[in-house]
Amino acid sequence: MVAGTAVVRLSGVSKRFVIRKEKSLKERIVNFGRSNLHKEEFWALRDIDLEIESASTVGLIGPNGSGKSTLLSLIGGIIQPTTGVVTRRGRLAALLELGAGFHPDLTGRENVYLNASILGLSKAQTDHHFDAIVDFSGIEPFIDTQVKFYSSGMYVRLAFAVAVHVDPDVLLVDEVLAVGDEPFQRKCMDRIHTFQSEGRTIVLVSHSLDQVAELCDRALVLERGQIQVDGEPRDALRHLRADFEATREEERERERDRDAAEVRTSRARVVRVDVLDTAGQPLKATKPGEDVSIRVRVEATDRLEDWILGVGIDSPLGHVVYGTNTRLLGVPMPPLLGEGVFEVRLPHLWLGEGQYSVHGAIAEGSGVQVHRLIDAATFSVESDGHSIGYLHTQPEVRFG
Amino acid sequence: MSSPEHAISTEGDERSRRLAELSFQPTGQRHGFLRGSAQSLRDVWSYRELLSLLVKRELKARYKDSTLGFLWSLLRPLAQLLIYYVALGKFLGAERAIPDYAIFVFTGLTAWALFSEIVASGTGSIVANAGLVKKIYLPREVFPLSVVGSALFNFIVQIVILVLATFIAGAPPTGTRLLYFPLGALVLLVYGMALAFLLSAMNVYLRDIQYLVEIMLMVLFWTTPIVYSWEQAHKQLGSGFAGHLYDANPLTSAVLAFQRAFWVAGSGTEGPPHLAVTLGWQLLAGVALLWACQRVFARLQANFAQEL
Repeated sequence: MVAGTAVVRLSGVSKRFVIRKEKSLKERIVNFGRSNLHKEEFWALRDIDLEIESASTVGLIGPNGSGKSTLLSLIGGIIQPTTGVVTRRGRLAALLELGAGFHPDLTGRENVYLNASILGLSKAQTDHHFDAIVDFSGIEPFIDTQVKFYSSGMYVRLAFAVAVHVDPDVLLVDEVLAVGDEPFQRKCMDRIHTFQSEGRTIVLVSHSLDQVAELCDRALVLERGQIQVDGEPRDALRHLRADFEATREEERERERDRDAAEVRTSRARVVRVDVLDTAGQPLKATKPGEDVSIRVRVEATDRLEDWILGVGIDSPLGHVVYGTNTRLLGVPMPPLLGEGVFEVRLPHLWLGEGQYSVHGAIAEGSGVQVHRLIDAATFSVESDGHSIGYLHTQPEVRFG
Repeated sequence: MSSPEHAISTEGDERSRRLAELSFQPTGQRHGFLRGSAQSLRDVWSYRELLSLLVKRELKARYKDSTLGFLWSLLRPLAQLLIYYVALGKFLGAERAIPDYAIFVFTGLTAWALFSEIVASGTGSIVANAGLVKKIYLPREVFPLSVVGSALFNFIVQIVILVLATFIAGAPPTGTRLLYFPLGALVLLVYGMALAFLLSAMNVYLRDIQYLVEIMLMVLFWTTPIVYSWEQAHKQLGSGFAGHLYDANPLTSAVLAFQRAFWVAGSGTEGPPHLAVTLGWQLLAGVALLWACQRVFARLQANFAQEL
């Protein structure tokens, strides 16, 4: 391919928003001269230099309010930068909101023409694609019904169908890929892959980090209006997940302080959980297939006769990736009074790349939980980047 | 996590090569004064299909669920005509001073409806389309312009009724007097559009504008010889400064032009001298105003998306 054909170029771009607290004429006049007191400024973006190359798929990620959507709007020309210049070439289509411009009183058919025209298709082109659009949306029986009678699913299906039939060189997508039911979502993803293979440039904002990992060949992490990481999605995601982890850690601290009083009253509790390597040293990062131990320190103020100890590994989103307990393992626990330390060894932990957290729990013999310490420790798994998901293995491709 | 290996097809190569030949364009609209105007015109022209679709949307959506539908756009001016004819023509006796009062009033109302609809709906047009303005880049001029389109449609319908009415009244307009009609209509259009551009942009920043416009239109309605005649107004104002000020209002000239064209019974009545020349100058001034308002619009539109 012809490498290095830039299609979007931002140099020294900053965007300042002014939030005025007054909107009416009276307030403006009354506060005239003191108007600086009545407005707040904040910089949504600061000194962004960026070049996006043709045929690349770029993911913009970051916490809420980090300037992702603002950056996308700037590229789309919807808002103008306060300083700096945004230039681009080629035909651009922006999917910042599905069905923008749909009129509820018009029929599906009329809205297809209107929306297509808004996205830059001529009438002749829309005529040409019309059957394909309706077919893609899968709502043919309702195409001559007013869209206000559509279910929300039908609405976005039709809107997305129109959007993917425009012929852009650069496509801007803001959080709109996850629409409709699962088969339709798969159809949308297939369409995006087709777009990629046709050499179109896609810039997308997403909170689904897995989606970014799957689709993008470049990812930008934005934080407080600045680009923190620009590179491989793997590195960007790792950075962002670590950041999210830090934020959650703070919240957890606060929560623990709050719960402290309550927890002490229960008869037993999990004091702390550590993740250890084979040498018994605390572990922060590991590789797939390594041995890992989870050490749980528990404390019982009343004597526990029949009890269960549980440990587990969770994803950052809170999914249980792995979990086990002494009941499932068939290990009877000795009666416990005072402090006790237990270790659960997990040999050959074939976890996929990512950030994980560990929890420890105590339950009575009947299965009723006494105490659970979630997010008790964290560790990350770093791998070669050959796969995605929670599981790691060593795949081979064979021919014939 | 892996980045997918896209097999970039030859189609992708071609796209890349084609893009490499294009030059970079700044996003959004440019601020240059003269070049900016040309750019705006080109932008709007390239979106003319969308413009016609927006006009259709407005017209279709307006009476979509009503049984009488399109008929309502006829009934409104007819009711207005009836009210003014009965209340002012009969009860207040305006009919005695103004021959064929029904035709006279309807002529003025038709002209007025075009202007007031463009200004009133135009003012709210950007705010009403906030969803689009915030999410997709379009030359924002299309929104006030689409209002002009639907106003023109209603206007044409009213003109047809008016012409039919003149036939019923037994005095159909003929000959050169009809030349006043396009001239008057142009003046209304140009001033209406200029105000629609200016006010729609200002309304984004200051929502009070739309209420101010209602009052302004009411005042303008009564300072224009629509329900009373020019003669009656001038009798009170005299031919001094007040009289000249009254004549300087382009709406007055436009309404008078309509009356010259369609109100055959009023042929003998007095009017301002050199109406055609006045209209010509006002049209020129209006075009300059339109251009200035469009430039203001272009300047203000840069921040529309964040102000809405």
